[in-house]
Amino acid sequence: MLKITDLHAGIEDKEILKGINLEVNAGEVHAIMGPNGSGKSTLSAVIAGKEEFEVTKGSVELNGEDLDEVSPEERAHKGVFLSFQYPVEIPGVSVTNFIKTAINESRKARGLEEMPANKMLKLIREKSELLDIDRRFLSRSLNEGFSGGEKKRNEIFQMAMLEPKLAILDETDSGLDIDALRIVANGVNKLKSKDNAVIVITHYQRLLEYIVPDFVHVLHNGKIVKSGGKELALELEEKGYDWLKNEAVV
Amino acid sequence: MAFESNVDIEHPVHDLRTEAMKNFELKGFPSKKEEAWKYTSLNSLQKIDFSIFPKEENALEYKEVKKYFLHEIDSYKIVFIDGIYSSYLSETTHDGVDICLMSSALTKPMYRPVIDVYFNKIASKDESLTTLNTAFSREGAYIYIPKNKMPKKPVEIIHFSTGNEASLLLQPRNLIIAEENAELQVIERHQSLTSNEVLTNSVTEIFAADNAIVDYYKIQNDAENASLIDNTYIDQKSKSAVSVHTFSFGGKLTRNNLNFYQNGQHVDSTMKGVTILGNKQHVDHHTLVHHIEPNCESHQDYKGIYGENATGVFNGKIIVDKIAQKTNAFQQNNNLLVSDKATINTKPQLEIFADDVKCSHGCTIGQLDEDALFYLQSRGIPKKEARALLMYAFANNVLASVRIPEVKARINKLIAKKLGVNLGFDL
Repeated sequence: MLKITDLHAGIEDKEILKGINLEVNAGEVHAIMGPNGSGKSTLSAVIAGKEEFEVTKGSVELNGEDLDEVSPEERAHKGVFLSFQYPVEIPGVSVTNFIKTAINESRKARGLEEMPANKMLKLIREKSELLDIDRRFLSRSLNEGFSGGEKKRNEIFQMAMLEPKLAILDETDSGLDIDALRIVANGVNKLKSKDNAVIVITHYQRLLEYIVPDFVHVLHNGKIVKSGGKELALELEEKGYDWLKNEAVV
Repeated sequence: MAFESNVDIEHPVHDLRTEAMKNFELKGFPSKKEEAWKYTSLNSLQKIDFSIFPKEENALEYKEVKKYFLHEIDSYKIVFIDGIYSSYLSETTHDGVDICLMSSALTKPMYRPVIDVYFNKIASKDESLTTLNTAFSREGAYIYIPKNKMPKKPVEIIHFSTGNEASLLLQPRNLIIAEENAELQVIERHQSLTSNEVLTNSVTEIFAADNAIVDYYKIQNDAENASLIDNTYIDQKSKSAVSVHTFSFGGKLTRNNLNFYQNGQHVDSTMKGVTILGNKQHVDHHTLVHHIEPNCESHQDYKGIYGENATGVFNGKIIVDKIAQKTNAFQQNNNLLVSDKATINTKPQLEIFADDVKCSHGCTIGQLDEDALFYLQSRGIPKKEARALLMYAFANNVLASVRIPEVKARINKLIAKKLGVNLGFDL
């Protein structure tokens, strides 16, 4: 599904990603771990198409198509979803109206009619129940005055509504207490299928107890320095990142 | 000038008019040399040969103009067509409150005690455009809400111009009085129905007695050749709360002179504005809050979005007198420039003579937030729509204090339309 080859990318002459190789297939869950400043969030933003970052070498392919010239909205229409670490507040636009707009724009891009209102409402009800979201929450302005946990839950709600092929969860666990973490992880697990893939970006092993990865990659200084199975996450938890840093130097 | 033939010299306010005329002749139209008019030129308007009094009465069918009314709810209506009162489109009342015509208030003896106390008492005697209005105005809205009363519904004051005159100068004059503990909501709109030139030089005096509440909404979404100079003067007594929301989306040149005088303690004054301009449109907001007594508050929040060759001015003056201790004055002006050629001049002016006050002010001029744009795009919303949605959110923020839901909905729709937000959501 996603194939990243020798990806170099940066911002204003500063190279942040220095040769990433990663392949993610349908049905898989990948975790990308690493210390602060290793390039985790940059990687997720580059996959989602943030124009601020420049790809200087290598490629990101989605189902065989090079995404280099593809805008963020077109990537979304092709099934890429990024759950933001810091979701943006949009006063005056309710959660419901926002998600309706997003869904219908994607449908329009695919040459489909707008989703009928009754179908939309049913879908909203189903997905909000999945994430234990109060109905009143849906009429509030998007992310405005939301707690950290509400923002993250709202991100996963949007993911549930948009049903992406490739979901990237950027530090979704930060700012969540254990109950919220469990609800969010539970939601993600229910959305998982053999047809879609999830990339979980996290600093800590905690989230991976709930969303169990098939593969774990360690990012350090813009490169994947180690890959392994889920046991690698436990090892990192125990030993920290320093031993890998040393290994990378060697 | 040969206006005397059209002016009733027996009129009780004739002396005021004569004096105002003298003052206007002395000063003339304001020029860019004056600090308060530095960024707004009236030159192009002065070249036009305006008709001062319309030659004939014009009629309109309700269905032609229904969309300009707040037709979703019931309201009292004071409607003028080319400056002349339209009884056909209006709904006035004398049932416990007076919601009627300035001309009858000025001529009928029963109103004389009120006129003597309030008429031209807070309006400036030397500001030239106000004096011009005092000299020539004949018509407008007269609203008197006695102690403890509240009209059953909001009042709409609407001025239509039909374009039957090639160019028309209108000088409406409103007098609004809310006595002790009274409450009132007013929506004012000026609407030109053609592309002919119209210049409106309006003066409104609002008096809010102790504990009175007045909410005033100005919808400025006029046609391309319509210009408006709005001079509003507000006198507030103790514990009164007055809010003025100004929505400037249309017109050629708009100048708002909004003046609050706090003549009592624990007064609350609110000024909010949303300005969205394109083409070569120009809007100038000049606000003044004069804190004369202690323990009062003022809140100003103006948002502006300027595209194409539009120009905007915000000049917010706050005066805190020496005795006005414990004043809390807040002023905010945020602007988005969405084209390289658009201009905004923003200037806070604080004159504070008391030492125990809280005054905060801030103005920003910026572009749209790239991170927010990326967030919306990553959800599949195309860049153009995403930009419009962010501008909508920026402007919409001011509407929280609008207390009439239908006004809020209407303004939301006007904002969405003006910004080209067509995202299909129910506003």
